[in-house]
Amino acid sequence: MKKALPPEELVRLIPEGATLMIGGFMGVGSPHRIIDALVSSGQKNLTIIANDTALPGVAIGKLIRSGQVAHVITSHIGLNPETQQKMISGEIKVDLCPQGSLVERIRCSGYGLGGVLVKTGFGTLAEEGKQIIEVDGEKWLLETPLQADFALIHAHQADYLGNLAYQLTSTNFNPVMAMAGKCVIAESNEILPVGMISPDHVDTPGVVVDHLVAIKLTH
Amino acid sequence: MMKPQEIIARRVAQELRDGMLVNLGIGMPTMVANFLPPQLTVFLQSENGLIGLDQRPPEGMEDEDLTDAGGGFVTAIPGAVRIDSSMSFGLIRGGHLDMTVLGGLQVDSKGLLANWMIPGKMVPGMGGAMDLVTGAKKVVVAMIHTAKGNHKIIPQCEWPLTSTRPVDMIVTEMAVIINTPEGLVLTETAPGVTVADVVAATGTPLIIANDVKIMNIEVTA
Repeated sequence: MKKALPPEELVRLIPEGATLMIGGFMGVGSPHRIIDALVSSGQKNLTIIANDTALPGVAIGKLIRSGQVAHVITSHIGLNPETQQKMISGEIKVDLCPQGSLVERIRCSGYGLGGVLVKTGFGTLAEEGKQIIEVDGEKWLLETPLQADFALIHAHQADYLGNLAYQLTSTNFNPVMAMAGKCVIAESNEILPVGMISPDHVDTPGVVVDHLVAIKLTH
Repeated sequence: MMKPQEIIARRVAQELRDGMLVNLGIGMPTMVANFLPPQLTVFLQSENGLIGLDQRPPEGMEDEDLTDAGGGFVTAIPGAVRIDSSMSFGLIRGGHLDMTVLGGLQVDSKGLLANWMIPGKMVPGMGGAMDLVTGAKKVVVAMIHTAKGNHKIIPQCEWPLTSTRPVDMIVTEMAVIINTPEGLVLTETAPGVTVADVVAATGTPLIIANDVKIMNIEVTA
């Protein structure tokens, strides 16, 4: 069983300069309470691996605004002009990666794969610095694994073993990142007694989840 | 007078067939969903993880966990499926996506598309565009024909390519242009637009089809 802890306590595990995978797509399905606690605790020089940087001051956009981020590996920053400005001024290094390749690079480290071969990006700027590998006469681009010290996850439901179930489009990168982070911290809308989530409906098994964020009790 | 974006969306809608899995890009391509023939069942994919995307919900009936790739609130059809990002792009790369409709900055004489950055000016990132153009069975570019008087359909893209896979079709408020092994072929002009108008607004030679038709922009019943 895992004891759920307040987010303020859990973010103390994260050192300056850590690499974080953060779930969410335009802030939908991002671990908002962990992000808020991280902004308050103020660790700097973070590397963020995430689909996007949301909107200015929203979800991951809060960490961009607070100046805690040194490097972002992402597919899209178009809806956050602050990330673009900080990239141009040199404050943040931004590596852009096609979205489908980004999720597979994350999956690689969680599933024990040394890389994936894709067609996406072939012959474009996304090919720069990447190996081309020929398999049975066909050329592919090698995308390499992305590692992270922490995966910060949002789920719909959790139980006290850490089993997680996601909901609709809040799912996105979360289940893949939950397999990939060396330390996985998950927040959820509710934490249920063990056995309440049917085995068929668990998306992420609790064995890969290290810490649960406590639900704020109202009574 | 119909807005140019609506002319484009109405024409693209006619490319959709019953049972297709289709991805509509953010912005103008999303408008295509408003002009689908009512009896047609099309599965719209949203790359953030949904098959069966439907209209915006009425105000006050939003679901925080039901959004499109721009983060806007949507609804879903009965029978919709939630997928994670890995499966979402597995559908795109794996040859399961029948059609993708995207915006364009430039398309060249070989049908190659540039739509994700203007060096030194705009670097939004490619998002899912490179996967979509590389993986979809049919690629349709929906865009305004020119940009402030500058040609967008040109001999060779000046801006970074989205993919080395050429697009199949370009739909603008002036014309429908099909990409063929022989080159770009003008097949339809919008009502009130002449072949000469289209040729003048295009920066690269077009092959003119023998039977250039008038673009049908009615929603078929």
